[in-house]
Amino acid sequence: MADDPIRCDACPVLCYIKPGRTGACDRYANHKGQLIRIDPHVVLDRALSRGDSVVPFLDPNRDWDGNIVSGPDMFVTAIGAGTTYPDYKPAPFIISSVVQGVDMVTVVTEGIFSYCGAKVKIDTDRYLGPETNLVRAQGEPVGHVTTSEYGSQMLSLGGVRHLTGGSRKEGTLTCETLLNLCDRKPVELTIDEGATVIVQAGKAPVVDGAREERMRVGCGSATIGMFAKQWHGKVDEVVVVDDHITGVLSEHQAGKLLGIPETGIEMKGRRSTPGRYFRVAEPGTAWGGTNIDDPLSILKEFDPKIAWPKLRLLMVSTTGEHYAYFELDEALRPVEKELPTALTESVARIKENCEPALSTVLFMGGAGGSLRAGVTENPVRLTHSVRDALTRVTCGGAPVYVWPGGGITFMVDVTRMPERAFGYVPTPALVAPIEFTLKLNDYAALGGYMDHVRPLDSILHGEGRRHLSANPENPWPLGRNQRPRSNE
Amino acid sequence: MRDRAQIARLPDSRRLHLHDGPIDLIVEAFGAAAEIEIAYRAAAERFVTVLDELCRELPLLRQPARSGGPQAVGVVARRMQAAVGPYCEQTFITPMAAVAGAVAEEILGSMTSAANLSRAYVNNGGDIALHLTPEESFVVGMVERPDRPSLFGTVELHSTQPVRGIATSGWRGRSFSLGIADAVTVLADRAATADAAATIIANALDLPGHSAVTRVPACDLAPDNDLGDHLVTQDVGELSPDEIAAALDAGVAVTELLLCKGLIRAAALHLRPDTRVVGVSVASEQLVADLEKSGRSLVHA
Repeated sequence: MADDPIRCDACPVLCYIKPGRTGACDRYANHKGQLIRIDPHVVLDRALSRGDSVVPFLDPNRDWDGNIVSGPDMFVTAIGAGTTYPDYKPAPFIISSVVQGVDMVTVVTEGIFSYCGAKVKIDTDRYLGPETNLVRAQGEPVGHVTTSEYGSQMLSLGGVRHLTGGSRKEGTLTCETLLNLCDRKPVELTIDEGATVIVQAGKAPVVDGAREERMRVGCGSATIGMFAKQWHGKVDEVVVVDDHITGVLSEHQAGKLLGIPETGIEMKGRRSTPGRYFRVAEPGTAWGGTNIDDPLSILKEFDPKIAWPKLRLLMVSTTGEHYAYFELDEALRPVEKELPTALTESVARIKENCEPALSTVLFMGGAGGSLRAGVTENPVRLTHSVRDALTRVTCGGAPVYVWPGGGITFMVDVTRMPERAFGYVPTPALVAPIEFTLKLNDYAALGGYMDHVRPLDSILHGEGRRHLSANPENPWPLGRNQRPRSNE
Repeated sequence: MRDRAQIARLPDSRRLHLHDGPIDLIVEAFGAAAEIEIAYRAAAERFVTVLDELCRELPLLRQPARSGGPQAVGVVARRMQAAVGPYCEQTFITPMAAVAGAVAEEILGSMTSAANLSRAYVNNGGDIALHLTPEESFVVGMVERPDRPSLFGTVELHSTQPVRGIATSGWRGRSFSLGIADAVTVLADRAATADAAATIIANALDLPGHSAVTRVPACDLAPDNDLGDHLVTQDVGELSPDEIAAALDAGVAVTELLLCKGLIRAAALHLRPDTRVVGVSVASEQLVADLEKSGRSLVHA
């Protein structure tokens, strides 16, 4: 019966909880006869992140840093705020606080985003699959490969078509994939006619079982340009193997400038400009993002009219992860030798200049009219206010980039948000926090729900709040030293 | 239970967070790094069985305490019984009134007996056990309403003072209260003692039968609560300055009694705009100065 107390078995206290009440821990509750875990409302605490050696008092989650803590050091995020959608009612929490003597309002809501997704940047030169091919999670299409960026492969995941336009299973798995990615959990994705990649926000990607360590410093040609001087005099020829542009030192402009003589090397692939070759091999997950394991397979025979015995040849990938050193024998055939100490350093230098490879996940969503209607009676004015940089948009307290043009379409780095910031509804759609912060008088001017504005103190009262320390790398959402801006 | 308890360093990597069911502790030890490591390991080791031990005796601990009643078995449970013992002849109290302080003391004890620490504290949701070696001190920030943490003053506790326990009680806090205090903060020699005394004083700070106070039988809210059908405060409406003074007077009277009996060292009683401090020599002049600076009307009791 929904009216009866229920026995909570989450811990040995075995509380007998009445409907609408919580147990002794304040974490489990009886919701209409169901035992539920309360996801407390997240309150970012600026003081906590600075907190040092003073004794905490009363609230175990709250420290004192030596200053009298007051309103502006608290920012109420929308995580766990709930939503009034689709009732077109005022947002669940409209909070006022005073920042440097100016009354500020933060409208806090959780948006249900059917139009949302994740843009995933995977730092790798390895070939993940053809552009526009489907990306699958547990066999269901959840997105596609989009145009690659410098040193990275890009995936575009989610979106309304996968969430609600396909089969039920497709929608559910898309939702689950997005939720896991946004929660910084590892997700295995398979690309049609391509690789299987494990993606986790802020962690190195794993492509076909191989963990990606480094992101290339430049293409093969650029690498020649950067390191030509360091190779001069220590080696006769260098080939930097790259799926995009393979560079050859002696033919490259940088080699010419140093007066490096021709070596009679003959490359496979298509020559673009001197010393720069396209498509020396097929894309893959081996040397420099190609499919080759034997670097010599991209070379033709040396020109006997130019090459000479004992010619010294270094072959290296754009990340320095693969390298091999050869000397030509009397028949002008390359014979692999141990890398001379003089060259070890330059290979290490290439490696050093390649930054750690990461997968990064940006959540992207659009605040629809009904969500904006929770902020103001005249939703378009909120859009204008964001455009005019009078209203700052944050997502779980993290800065967002608001896309130019109509609507409020924003992107946020999920690693800058508090953990467990996202949820979902069975639609399926993602639930993400969104906060709009602006001056109280600006809020009144755009038709805000002034009679629903309540002071910060009132939200800190009561159950169901989760106190978090603010991420010190994020600008403080209430921006006490600056005008609120929509973008950071 | 080992699998159930959460044991983790907080993001500052200095403090230890211990969580199991309704028990939530913030722990910090000071001393050589190796000693802190030993202390935290000892704290975690001790912590994982505390809740199970208490739950085994929960029916007894939820009964009103009475002298000559059955003795609890567990060391924490016995400490709870001992802390409420001085009050059980005169008034209704159960050993649960001292559970938070008693647990804090237990974890603090596990650390100080395992490691050489200059200072340490265990904060159990505001009920705090302290360890201080000679020449050491703690600065304690005070808030007037537990649900609205905003510091209004500080107290410096020095090793020469006997205070090693701090506790706060009030109807706005997590536990039920029979009184109308926003918060009563007590300094005592031990955390369990402070915890029991704060409960007693907060219950006494009251306006019995006042129409602006909403009271509900505890069992209507939580059927298995130790307060049974006692009326617990759910809301306090408008009070006149005279009524506030009368309620505070009632609280101060009990506080002075406990002070005379040597059960506590000092207490600060908060209701609306007024604060009364009892045993001010211990509570330090700093607190009084802070209070006066903050514009709170302060009455030295």
